[in-house]
Amino acid sequence: MQQIINFFIRNKNLLLFLLLLFLSLKFTYHSNTFHKNKFVSSANFITGNIYIIKSDITTYFGLRKENELLLEENSRLKNLLQLSETEAVALTDSIFDMLDFVYHPAEVINNNFSRRNNYLTLKSGSRHGIDRAMGVITSNGIVGITDQVSTNFSTVMSVLNSRSSISVKLKASGHFGSLIWDGKDPNVLQLIDISRLAPVAVGDTVTTDGRSTIFPKGIPVGTVLDFTLDQSQNFFIIDIKLFNDMTRTENVYVIENRRADEIRELEASIPND
Amino acid sequence: MTNEVLINIARFVALILAQVFIFDNIHLFGFINPYIYILFLVLFPVRVNSLQFLLLGFFLGLTMDFFSDTGGIHAAACLVVAYLRPIFLRFSFGVSIEYNSIKISNTPGGGRLTYISLMVFTHHLILFFLEIFSLKHTLFILKSALFSSIFTILLSLILMVIFSTKKR
Repeated sequence: MQQIINFFIRNKNLLLFLLLLFLSLKFTYHSNTFHKNKFVSSANFITGNIYIIKSDITTYFGLRKENELLLEENSRLKNLLQLSETEAVALTDSIFDMLDFVYHPAEVINNNFSRRNNYLTLKSGSRHGIDRAMGVITSNGIVGITDQVSTNFSTVMSVLNSRSSISVKLKASGHFGSLIWDGKDPNVLQLIDISRLAPVAVGDTVTTDGRSTIFPKGIPVGTVLDFTLDQSQNFFIIDIKLFNDMTRTENVYVIENRRADEIRELEASIPND
Repeated sequence: MTNEVLINIARFVALILAQVFIFDNIHLFGFINPYIYILFLVLFPVRVNSLQFLLLGFFLGLTMDFFSDTGGIHAAACLVVAYLRPIFLRFSFGVSIEYNSIKISNTPGGGRLTYISLMVFTHHLILFFLEIFSLKHTLFILKSALFSSIFTILLSLILMVIFSTKKR
């Protein structure tokens, strides 16, 4: 017994080191599993408020550009509204209740794009109707998917993340594949799993395909920059230039799918053979 | 003694805030990210309870992890650096360093550079390895760690000169 105690006292540094190392690796492992409750996340009171201070300062530098973007979007939406008004559809509350997708505005208070696994922090949380696994877009295109949500803050797994994989399609031909990121250029993503039989041309538009419950159909993603065949020679690896500039994303929309629970329930009821 | 504790608490907060507000936003050539908050461990008094120092290192890293949504990679990197620091100290300044209450900023230049470089490079290497976590990208990890380290070391030296207390 004495010897055991002596052993612990002699090696207390090493033991504490190993214990803490184990703990930190456990946190790292947890952060690699998507949609698990995480202890370490910037969606908490302290880091959230510090990021608000930061964004309060830095947003001033981008106000002009941000205004232009909002104005552009406004004019586009106004034109759309004109179209719907000519069809004599009265936009009442009951029509909004029928919509599958609801858009919540949110402000980005922290944005990363130079790491391998990037996250954004939003100044909106469960209090503002945001939940996990909701799509996040700007007026230009997709940004990512919400991950951790607290009362007032939420984190978003950016498309610039090695664990992000979003289902998208070629707008012209309808062939669908997965959008991933190789970690090199924050404005160029990779589209994989597109069959070599699909017609692909530089400049083709890529949009979301609406097969998941996260993004509605037809959200713009980017254009084809370049394409090659992969090692098996059966699938294309297509470089996609994003419409949305991930290095300056300040105002976003979080998309709530009101039918998501229903769809998931239905899909879960299919027996896995 | 209390003075020293206060200085270290202030340094901890200042370095974390500087890292989050300023140095996390330097995206030089897309892959160079300086992590100057490690300066806290570098400048920590040489004579210290090693258990306490390990916990401090872990806590420092975990704070950064909270800010950058990285799980535990900063905590792991800081912890290893904190554990290895006595070895780095002995390697850079000789065996007698542990018995002196010498300040890092008053040490001879060559030894100091070796010490800072060892600390920073070890930290960055572990950090980038855990972040990317793929042997396929070994070259990319080494490249990122090396260039980011050089940048961090330069910034650290500049910060140490700016904030050095004049000897009377």
